[in-house]
Amino acid sequence: MEMSQREHRIYNPAMECISRDELHKIQGERLVATVKREYENVPMYRARMDAAGIKPEDIHGVEDLKYLPFMEKTDLRDYYPFDLFASPKSEIVRIQGSSGTTGKPIVSGYTRNDIEIWSEMMARTLTAAGATKDDVVQVTYGLGLFTGGFGAYQGADRIGAMVIPMSSGNTNRQIMMMKDLGTTLLCCTPSYATYLGETIREMGIDPNKDLKLKAGCFGAEPWTEEMRKRIEELLGIDACDIYGLTEISGPGVAFECLEKHGMHINEDHVIAEIINPATGEQLPYGKPGELVFTTITKTGMPMLRYRTHDICTLTDEKCGCGRTLARMGRITGRTDDMLVIRGVNVFPSQIESVLVRADGVAPHYMLIVDRINSSDTLEVQVEMTEDMFGDTISHIENVRKYIIDQIKSVVGIASKVTLVAPKSIPRSEGKAKRVIDNRNLH
Amino acid sequence: MFIKQISVFLENKRGALREMTELLGKSGVDLLALSVADTQNFGIIRIIVSSVATEPALKLLRDNGYTAKVNHVICAEVPDRPLGLCELLSLIEQANLSVEYMYSFLRASRGSEGAHMILRLSDGEKAMQVFQMHEVNLFSQEDVDAL
Repeated sequence: MEMSQREHRIYNPAMECISRDELHKIQGERLVATVKREYENVPMYRARMDAAGIKPEDIHGVEDLKYLPFMEKTDLRDYYPFDLFASPKSEIVRIQGSSGTTGKPIVSGYTRNDIEIWSEMMARTLTAAGATKDDVVQVTYGLGLFTGGFGAYQGADRIGAMVIPMSSGNTNRQIMMMKDLGTTLLCCTPSYATYLGETIREMGIDPNKDLKLKAGCFGAEPWTEEMRKRIEELLGIDACDIYGLTEISGPGVAFECLEKHGMHINEDHVIAEIINPATGEQLPYGKPGELVFTTITKTGMPMLRYRTHDICTLTDEKCGCGRTLARMGRITGRTDDMLVIRGVNVFPSQIESVLVRADGVAPHYMLIVDRINSSDTLEVQVEMTEDMFGDTISHIENVRKYIIDQIKSVVGIASKVTLVAPKSIPRSEGKAKRVIDNRNLH
Repeated sequence: MFIKQISVFLENKRGALREMTELLGKSGVDLLALSVADTQNFGIIRIIVSSVATEPALKLLRDNGYTAKVNHVICAEVPDRPLGLCELLSLIEQANLSVEYMYSFLRASRGSEGAHMILRLSDGEKAMQVFQMHEVNLFSQEDVDAL
């Protein structure tokens, strides 16, 4: 690859530019220690290894990773809340969480060590987008259970930048602070970045004259090159993609540098594999398949061979920025039916669980996802049944509101519920089509 | 003293009400009263048919995929004079009851030929032109006053 003319900043060159051989050696040592910790402290995973006939002594390095059993999102539900912790609860200093596949959320526990690692990964992420201690970082990811806000805050804090922990919402106030405090780096979802850009333009603000923005780290939902171009034009910045998930740590698992050519994986903390989702077999770099992560430094809740269900490719070609860390391409799809709506992971099964629990509601539904004015919308079509049908508008409106409230509490996002005529949602033989996604994200 | 009413759920879609009335009409079901309650997304159609036709009409609707239910409502006579309705409502109010909905029969009791519907349409001027073009009998203010 050609070296670009850009100035690339690297937070931890010793690790980010390490030789591949040296990296594999470190990964191997860390993997062995993590497997031992997991086997000794997590009965569920010990049982799984025993069932597979694998002992910690059988794992000598990265090449043995393929023998280890997988972990799944359902494990976080089944062993909720503490049974995947590999450290005593007294060592856990933070809980973060996200929505699960059904009613219960999933939670992850972090030791002090894990928070430090996560902060380091986000410090690398922000630095790769150009951040230094002289920068002003506006965090408009939600600060709460969701990892986005805290992750960005910690990374910026680690660098020593000036952090504005805005959290999400209140666009006018976001823009006011951005202007008054001279924000240089923005952290939010790409769809919110677009919305901010559009609003800024509508307000007659010229980002190139009136604002000091230079870059943004955008993630938590899939986006496209077209969206990147639009954000960069609207805000006059470099827009970098970031990747992360609560199960592994949060944002910063992988990040783009200003080459914008795939996301560098923080491989001294996580090992990435690509597998054939049908067989579980490892695939070589360059082949598309399911992304699987193994944490090798986390102590609170290590995850071994965690299946993300995201589809992408990996490459370890050297990048123009000088980093040797392998890169993952854009997520091109899912092996399951998970949707990301306004940065929140949504499984159709969650919606189904709400409908099944509501009295008299038919389990036939259709989710219609769209992006209107740069914001994701979710419409849930539910068939009217005789049990739900009351003779007054207020009765039906109450049923509708009840479903909306339940979806909000289980999934965590607002939806529009539309009641439709019975049997108007198509029945299909085999796997039912439950989702119409009009956003063209892949 | 209650009378039977059929309520039908309709999606707020072009042609939905016409389809439903066509289904009933082609099977010879005569509507004696009709009300349309609508929201942005859906509507509730309430109809009254003769007591012998109620069960067959309900079955017909359900067989054709409609969500429909029979409920019981009260039919009260309202004196045909100023304050006639008001006096009835006063009784209801004094009894600490509230009106959930109300509509009227389609047929005038005094041997008139047809029912008189009161319509509010999205474009009144245009509707008026269409009705006149199709020679629909329309009541003028004078006709109403002369009732």
